[in-house]
Amino acid sequence: MHKETILNACVLLGLLAVPLWALQMDEPFIITLATKAVIFAIAGVGLNFALGLGGLVSLGHAAFFGIGGYAMGILASHAQGYTPVIEWPLTIEGTNSMPIIWLVAIAFSALFAFVIGALSLRTSGVYFIMITLAFGQMLYFFMISWPTYGGEDGLVIYVRNGFPGLNTLDPIQFFGICFTLLCLVLFIVSRLAQSSFGLALGGARQNEERTQAIGIVPYRLYLIAFTISGAITGLSGALFADLNRFVSPTMFSWQTSGEIMVFIILGGMGRLFGPVVGAALFILLEHLLGGLSEFWHIYLGAILLGVVLFARGGLIQLIVGREVAHD
Amino acid sequence: MSLILLIEQILNGLQFGVMLFLMAAGLTLIFGVMGLINLAHGSFYMIGAFAAAATAAATGSFMLALVASLVAAAAAGAIVEMTVIRRLYTRDHLDQVLATFALILIFSEGTRWMFGSFPLFLEIPDYLSGPISLPFGIEYPQYRLAIIAVGLFVAGGLFALIAKTRIGIQIRAGESDREMIAALGVDISKLYTFVFALGAALAGVAGALIGAIQSVQVGMGEPVLILAFVVIVIGGIGSIKGALLGAILVGLTDTLAGFLLPKAFGLMMEASAATSVGSSLASMSIYILMAGVLLFKPTGLFGST
Repeated sequence: MHKETILNACVLLGLLAVPLWALQMDEPFIITLATKAVIFAIAGVGLNFALGLGGLVSLGHAAFFGIGGYAMGILASHAQGYTPVIEWPLTIEGTNSMPIIWLVAIAFSALFAFVIGALSLRTSGVYFIMITLAFGQMLYFFMISWPTYGGEDGLVIYVRNGFPGLNTLDPIQFFGICFTLLCLVLFIVSRLAQSSFGLALGGARQNEERTQAIGIVPYRLYLIAFTISGAITGLSGALFADLNRFVSPTMFSWQTSGEIMVFIILGGMGRLFGPVVGAALFILLEHLLGGLSEFWHIYLGAILLGVVLFARGGLIQLIVGREVAHD
Repeated sequence: MSLILLIEQILNGLQFGVMLFLMAAGLTLIFGVMGLINLAHGSFYMIGAFAAAATAAATGSFMLALVASLVAAAAAGAIVEMTVIRRLYTRDHLDQVLATFALILIFSEGTRWMFGSFPLFLEIPDYLSGPISLPFGIEYPQYRLAIIAVGLFVAGGLFALIAKTRIGIQIRAGESDREMIAALGVDISKLYTFVFALGAALAGVAGALIGAIQSVQVGMGEPVLILAFVVIVIGGIGSIKGALLGAILVGLTDTLAGFLLPKAFGLMMEASAATSVGSSLASMSIYILMAGVLLFKPTGLFGST
């Protein structure tokens, strides 16, 4: 077996073992931290699909994270207030069922990713980075100035949404839901990367002209990848909102986009488990350094700078070397 | 709606646009000459504002504060260029984005550590405070008018520097062929440090000038940075002329949309709904402007392909 495959298995087991151990020790806070790491990992896996596989440097993925969050916030707040979301042309009621919220979050973030991608992908390189950033900001300012759903203050949801047969307010059960979704997303992404679509996308990233010359349209591949990527990040946004039972425009802020990108780089870009390792490391750093100093972002910045300048493959490459496992 | 109010808003838009130009000019120069996308440019804006506020508090002189903002931002720019940025020129855009994102974290938290989380205030000097009477009976704050003048003056100086001086020739040559001008004996790394420090200084002055209207606080640079990105995307990356036109366009669109859209919707619906729809749309207006420009010209108004 490849060293990276073994490492990936260890990471998953470790991510599962920590909250189980915390459950034994009766430390619900650690379970919550692990849940946060898992949710961030899903967001990172989403971005990594566009960034690592397709080479699309999107600095606007907070948009999809936020849309997922607000899908949860809007549906749950209507369910909470017993008011319909819209009444015309047909009545749509709010809901507090997680599976429905996830589907809505995925559908809307995919739709927005499709539209934003269709416009942004007309450009490339540094223009693409700035335009995705600008679209993210556009939604951020829209959410701030749109008073219906709390504006700048955001929305508080008093009870965590339900999942049939589970008690989602129990930290370990909610962790189980998020962890299962992470595994599912990782499985789907790894299959997609191996599919003819994924291989063509990788080809387009490495050499656009050649891919075009053999009759593949890169624009279409990029757009599909960007849409899938946005949808996955949207799902994580809905979970994050449920974890905090709170949504606010901060989810749309460009720092969020930057942080999602940081997960990928800390772990290792273009690797299936890069964002998972990175998100776990990020939460660990936040917890450890945050305990040391109020100004822990200075250390985070220094670490990030060090990784970019001197250890480009991230933590996974430091452990297993340069070779990438194909699974 | 009176005409006077509209003219005042146009002047406000112009003032905002001129400030955006000071930010955007540095960004677009740095990208044009070195091919570097610099997210940390907003940090120089913040550094300029903090240096000015601290100097003004210590000496009481607004002129000294402006000089301090210029020196502090240029020095920070030169140091960062020599230690970090220099290693990024040959890297891809992703590395540049991440490394400069890391610099933002370091600068922002470093400033918070030095000055605390509370905003500082920079007073408008006495000789520039109060309104001034313009033709047609318009009363307009002197300070804002001064900002427009300073901004246009700096823009003119920058154009002269690029078009007429020896260093300007080297900068333009660096944009088109960096190997060639290195081969001609120009010390390219010194030139790069100079361009980076120049861009940082412009951002620093902008921060100090705006710091007297708004509060000086950590994180003040990033919203302006993103607007400056919009400006250079509209104008075409690498083009100073494009940056000037883009900045004025964005400044006017932002100010006038915030002023006119709620009024326009007020004609169609009730007042409170009109204000909320109008201001939501107004906050998105410049991004819609950008998307519109890109649909027709994907490389911006003055961009080369």
